[in-house]
Amino acid sequence: MKRLLELTLFELVDALRRGNVSREDVVDAYLSRIKEVDSKLHAYLAVNEEMRSNSSSEGLLFNAPIAIKDNISTRGLPTTCASKILEGYIPPYDATTVARIKAEGGLIIGKTNMDEFAMGSSTENSAYGPTYNPWNLECVPGGSSGGSAAAVAAREAVASLGSDTGGSVRCPAAFCGVVGVKPTYGLVSRYGLVAYANSLEQIGPITRDVRDAALLLSVICGRDPNDSTSVDPPSKDYLSALVVDVKGLKAGIPKEFFGEGTDPRVAEAVWRAIKLLESHGMEYEEVSFPHLPYSLPAYYIIAMSEASSNLARYDGVRYGFSAFEEGEEWVKVFSKTRALGFGAEVKRRIILGTFALSAGYYDQYYLKALKVRTLIKGDFDCAFKKFDVLLAPTMPLPAFKIGERIEDPLAMYMVDIDTVPINLAGIPAISVPCGFVDGLPVGLQIMAAPFHEHVMFRVAYTYEQCSSYHNLKPPI
Amino acid sequence: MASRKLVSLEQTEHLSWLAKVELSEEEKRVFTEQLNRILEFFRKLDEVDTSNVQPTYHVVELTNVFREDEPASPLPQEEALRNAAHKKNGYFVAPKIV
Amino acid sequence: MQQQQDVVIGLEVHVQLTSLKTKLFCSCPSDYRGKPPNTHTCPVCLGLPGSLPVVNKKAIEFAVMAALALNCQVSERAVFFRKNYFYVDMSKNFQISMYDRAGGTPIGRGGYVDIDVDGTRKRVRISRIQLEEDPARLVHLGPIELSPYTLVDYNRAGIALLEIVTEPDLSSPKEARIFLQKLRSILEHCGIFDGSLEGSMRCDANISLAGGARVEIKNITSFKEVERALSFEIARQRELLKRGQQVRRETRHWDEDRRMTFTLRVKEEEHDYRYFPEPDLVPIVITEDFIERVRSMMPELPDHRAERFMREYGLPEYDARVLTSEKALADFFEACVKLYPSPKKVSNWLMTDTMRVLNEYNLDWSSIKMEPEHLAELLKLMDDGVISIKIAKLLIFDVVLKGIPPSKLVEEKGMKRIVDENYLSQLIEKIFREFPKAVQDALKDEKAVHFLVGQVMRHTKGRADPALTNELIRRKLNELQRSS
Ligand SMILES: [Mg+2]
Ligand SMILES: [Zn+2]
Repeated sequence: MKRLLELTLFELVDALRRGNVSREDVVDAYLSRIKEVDSKLHAYLAVNEEMRSNSSSEGLLFNAPIAIKDNISTRGLPTTCASKILEGYIPPYDATTVARIKAEGGLIIGKTNMDEFAMGSSTENSAYGPTYNPWNLECVPGGSSGGSAAAVAAREAVASLGSDTGGSVRCPAAFCGVVGVKPTYGLVSRYGLVAYANSLEQIGPITRDVRDAALLLSVICGRDPNDSTSVDPPSKDYLSALVVDVKGLKAGIPKEFFGEGTDPRVAEAVWRAIKLLESHGMEYEEVSFPHLPYSLPAYYIIAMSEASSNLARYDGVRYGFSAFEEGEEWVKVFSKTRALGFGAEVKRRIILGTFALSAGYYDQYYLKALKVRTLIKGDFDCAFKKFDVLLAPTMPLPAFKIGERIEDPLAMYMVDIDTVPINLAGIPAISVPCGFVDGLPVGLQIMAAPFHEHVMFRVAYTYEQCSSYHNLKPPI
Repeated sequence: MASRKLVSLEQTEHLSWLAKVELSEEEKRVFTEQLNRILEFFRKLDEVDTSNVQPTYHVVELTNVFREDEPASPLPQEEALRNAAHKKNGYFVAPKIV
Repeated sequence: MQQQQDVVIGLEVHVQLTSLKTKLFCSCPSDYRGKPPNTHTCPVCLGLPGSLPVVNKKAIEFAVMAALALNCQVSERAVFFRKNYFYVDMSKNFQISMYDRAGGTPIGRGGYVDIDVDGTRKRVRISRIQLEEDPARLVHLGPIELSPYTLVDYNRAGIALLEIVTEPDLSSPKEARIFLQKLRSILEHCGIFDGSLEGSMRCDANISLAGGARVEIKNITSFKEVERALSFEIARQRELLKRGQQVRRETRHWDEDRRMTFTLRVKEEEHDYRYFPEPDLVPIVITEDFIERVRSMMPELPDHRAERFMREYGLPEYDARVLTSEKALADFFEACVKLYPSPKKVSNWLMTDTMRVLNEYNLDWSSIKMEPEHLAELLKLMDDGVISIKIAKLLIFDVVLKGIPPSKLVEEKGMKRIVDENYLSQLIEKIFREFPKAVQDALKDEKAVHFLVGQVMRHTKGRADPALTNELIRRKLNELQRSS
């Protein structure tokens, strides 16, 4: 038998249900692993020592320790969004995804580090310090769900939840060599997910292999009466989609995802994956998405506009950091609270979003971006009439060095070029490891039509079973 | 530097007032410069002809999602107030308004 | 009342949908009045990170009913927007409200309300009706400007509000009050609103005088206040214009206690609300079927009820309008007429005597303790000659204010009419001894007779049977005439 920490989520639950391992063994193993490596990685913002004594029901995730990104509400556990403005905030309620994990017997092992309010692609924008890439401690783990991906890669959790607004699950999954899923918009309840850009984001699983991702997604998905934008999928049984068979499936390869700025070694790794799938019977064809070059500006305008409104509630009155002083007038107190509580990138996005929505600029920026969004979505709708999946790199480059891009906001925005179109279109996508460049993982991105997660999983599973990258373990 | 100045220092000041985020003089200067660069980048969208395009507000087209008018138990007072930095006699304490 | 042809007033009324059991976007109970602070809250109405709004279905139904009752065109598609602005009473620092963009419109547009001002009908146009959430309630220590902080109670936060905006069709503070009263009655008849609950109807007013800019007045908390606030504001603006000064465009706050308005913000500080469609809610499609279903549930509205009162009870138009100006009053009238089928008499006693009591104590209908049975009983006691009209007018105070049945009052206070001949004869003899001059006059002058009757009434506190008293006095005078 594999060592306990090497068991996948699926295998671990099986072992726990059979009684081959006990909850105590699992909890001890993971907590000591965190003690051993997290001082180097800083994947966690809070560890739930109490999970030893929490009772759990015998479900699909029986006693499996799952890490939760710190922007997903956990009753009784801090939820800071890696921001100073939410320091000490403990939600009185569970996000629907967390409640569903608990209902299936899962244990919440802790809260993971991230870019402040999910704004970033490197986890360097955390008010509590960056997370380090387990494959190379000088590099970023990607972001914004960097802690969730690093924790899974480094065996500090068997699986985790991240949130993906413009690539925040897939980017760190690619950079850390794990599997990450951005579900179809509406498939997973956002209730309890601290909003950054409501119309774009979804909570998604980060796991060691495709089967675990399918399992965890089947637990958290489905309509939630607390989220008006959530819906039930045709079937929640994603495990049964896992067959090693892509015969007759058609893949589109969008040229724009391999354009200027893409590291040729990354492109090469992705092409090798495409060829491998072809050798198993998948057909492919290159396609062009005319509006794809406009994804980044459209995405950032929409995200920042929504964010500027979402983040207005942090004024220090009901929760979080407050600069309140008796006798001081409210505008002063609110402005000071927010000046001291938010980091630079968050402030920048709030100001830009405020601008894009303000009188006289709304049509030119926000409305324009929403119209471009229609065109981009149209490109995808069109492609999925012809193709079952689209294949592309998740990230145009492997993990970069800590500090390399943080001073230049635009340079940081550019790395999201291959992930944001998916959020604009609302379609599902998965990132699976497909190679290495300079010892750093590369991710293959598989996209499918809305609510066609089963097709996405089938291709991802086939690729994974025919390759071995997911079996590689970071040196830490 | 941006080729066209889209936002002035005064506009940055006004935006910071609208958004209730106090900015230092240095921040105002740096932000104005960055805002101009980013907005210049956003203007790339001007290239796209959207004259006959409807905006996408929701990617999933749903309508009429409601709940019934049935009460559920609210949070106990101490839970509601637990996270507040300042509270008094069951109230949240906020700054004065005039 | 002075003609004020140069005054233009528009109102933006906020009405709580008090018949809802829960708030607009969460399941918190809506009966927050009189409850300890912050006991009717949840993650949604506290604006906790990660919480999401879900629309109360009944609120849409009520809003559509209001739109129909106010003769509006009902929207086919309504979209909730975020109205972004910061304030200490906001839990999210934006208000979820409706707006006409993104292919949607407010629930209702282009309606009207007919009001009666000094006997003439006037049409006040409604420009729009929409749903939005109430902010939290603020409490200050002493006067606002001296309070070192503000206390916030989120129990009210998220209560469903109907925002009703009029065209600038009103031309006096009195018209504004009459409009609000009519609006209240209509919404109460719909069964969606109870205007007797404190703070359930609030409004902002836009007012301008010829030659001056438009001024917005905020924080008017009842229809009594609207008349005061607008009268103050007209006087203030008139004074400025008379002195050749400018009336600037601004937003002012009505201070109820000091009965004056003061500047809240000038135009340059006006908000930029940055409206955009609420991404956490989906559009509301209102079908023709739905509208018809709501229409079929619509109860009788005040104007129709007034017409029926005229037809069915033979009341004059004035009576019918006054009685239907408040649902509770109209309900009372009908219940009472069932027990005492003399509509005009019931109407008179309600409109004059009952109103007099309420006015004297500065109360409104909601605080009345009298039941329809009580008034019917009072009228019957008079018919049966048990009490005089004078006694009845005396008794009605305790009936209205305390709800004590008239028969019990008559019993307890010994208010029965005195018909005892012996007793009255002895009293008359005593009075004749006391006022010999008046007795002499009475032999020739009818006026002096009235004086003597009045003395008997004074001694019996009005309880002496007037006819009998008269008869006994005349009998006594006749005796004196004969013996002299
Ligand atoms: Mg309003
Ligand atoms: Zn609530």
